[in-house]
Amino acid sequence: MSVIEQPSTSAAASTSIAMRTLLATATLARRELVRFVRQPNRIIGAIGQPAVFWILFGAGLGPSFQMPGVEDADVSYREYFFPGTVVLIVLFTAVFTTISIIEDRREGFLQSVLVAPIPRLAMVAGKLIGGTLIAVAQGLLFLLLGLSLGFSFSIPGLFAMLALLCVIGLALTGTGFIIAWRMDSTQGFHAIMSLFLLPMWLLSGAFFPASEGWLGWVVRLNPLTYGVAALRRLLYWNETANLLPPGTPSMTTSVAVTITFAATTFWLAWLVSARRTAGDLR
Amino acid sequence: MSQVAAVEIEGLTHHYGTRRALSDLALLIRPGEMFALLGPNGSGKSTLFRVLSTLIAPEQGSVQICGHDVRRDTDVVRQAIGVVFQSPSLDDKLSVAENLIHQGHLYGLFGAMLRERVELMLDKFGVGDRRRDRVATLSGGLRRRVELAKGILHLPQILLLDEPSTGLDPAARADLWKYLKHLRDESDTTIIWTTHLLDEADDADRIAILNQGSLVAFGAPHDLRAEIGSDAITIHTADQARVAERLRSQLSMEPQRIDSGLRLLTDDGRHRLSEVAQACGDDLRGLSWGRATLEDVFIQRTGHRFDAPQAEASP
Repeated sequence: MSVIEQPSTSAAASTSIAMRTLLATATLARRELVRFVRQPNRIIGAIGQPAVFWILFGAGLGPSFQMPGVEDADVSYREYFFPGTVVLIVLFTAVFTTISIIEDRREGFLQSVLVAPIPRLAMVAGKLIGGTLIAVAQGLLFLLLGLSLGFSFSIPGLFAMLALLCVIGLALTGTGFIIAWRMDSTQGFHAIMSLFLLPMWLLSGAFFPASEGWLGWVVRLNPLTYGVAALRRLLYWNETANLLPPGTPSMTTSVAVTITFAATTFWLAWLVSARRTAGDLR
Repeated sequence: MSQVAAVEIEGLTHHYGTRRALSDLALLIRPGEMFALLGPNGSGKSTLFRVLSTLIAPEQGSVQICGHDVRRDTDVVRQAIGVVFQSPSLDDKLSVAENLIHQGHLYGLFGAMLRERVELMLDKFGVGDRRRDRVATLSGGLRRRVELAKGILHLPQILLLDEPSTGLDPAARADLWKYLKHLRDESDTTIIWTTHLLDEADDADRIAILNQGSLVAFGAPHDLRAEIGSDAITIHTADQARVAERLRSQLSMEPQRIDSGLRLLTDDGRHRLSEVAQACGDDLRGLSWGRATLEDVFIQRTGHRFDAPQAEASP
């Protein structure tokens, strides 16, 4: 056995706070990625279900779908539903990633992170960035499918969509974090998923266009609407014909709201993470 | 060795809601000590552990670790302590080495220094050949070793362990203590553990016995036992009151009631067995003699048995 002689503070002194925060954030994000690829069923769950929805709803609702306001334009339901499906993939991935907070807590892993000499910001950022990267990777995979649909996107356009997906991913992972932090069972999270997260997605213009009546108002108040709208606009960036449903918010508004959504959930996630739950005190 | 106390606690009080878990606790742990926090379930030792490990902030009172206030200098304290929780904190999906590297990054270690340190730990804890194996495939004993490796990877001045033998078979338990003693012998690491097992506290240089949130005894196990008399005589009887009265009047001994009989603490137990038996008379069902244990210390200080049911302290 070798002798331990170095004082423990030597490592701390030689590394600055910013460096430590980055290191901790990166290692926590990396852990999310490693865990993700080691659980193939998560990949199937997050990308498979939305893809099946897209094919089935596309086939089933296609014949009866008529985009309001643009009767002469040829927009199939499958095409209309496409950006919504990408966002659904991001949502599912965000949910799966943040559900792991509950598992980490139950299994005891989280305790050791909570007592590590890292800023809380690093803990939150690690989780959110890790989740976002997974979500964006899956969204991108499905997005590339869009090429077969005839969406013509350029390389800069693709990068713009990637950037947008990162912001949407951050917003949804942040939302999942806020919900999961205080939960002690994954069942509870699934309940919230069905009652809150799925309706939020349904009412974002992802599944059906709605711009009138009370439904129109709910859609307009839903922050996710703007993420879906921005993605839809980017998909049609090179189109001269108007293929957008009526009432689609402008690009500037969409991007601004989506960034605000992400920043707000990040901040709230940071706030709630200061709380200790009963699960931490076992 | 630094003269600053490893842990210095004054007036520590903590509540969960309205229930008081710790009550005006004061404690001083010296650097380099093997120190046990002994107490039954509900004694407050887990709460004390949470405060020392910085999982929760102390509500009232002052707690200093290596001279740093846990509330104000939390990050310095966190760097100075290594924590091994009762529930496993390893990531099952990661390999042994990946778990250690992850931990190193959280403690600001990276690059060649970290790799070196991980190698050192893998070697020290005899898990080098399992480095690439997922933690999920490890036995309970090996996992505990990796937990220990994780806890001391950043070379903390203080190692905190919460009920370290929980869930371990006897061989793994012996293994764990072997490594802890090695660690103490080769470094100045202060090792502090909570336990509800009396024999596990006997391994400590000094112990603190907690009961219902208060400190009931504090000192070296040997000294604590010596204070109450070196021997204990246990009397099994159906009539505690009558026998107790006879012992008081005939032998001027003050017995303590325990569930199935009485207990006498004395310095020369062996030689007094026959006179005690005589004093008990026909009410005697059985008589045994033994060295006084930490449980006797506990009974003497609290008036009830160590494993008697009490209010649960967890929130």
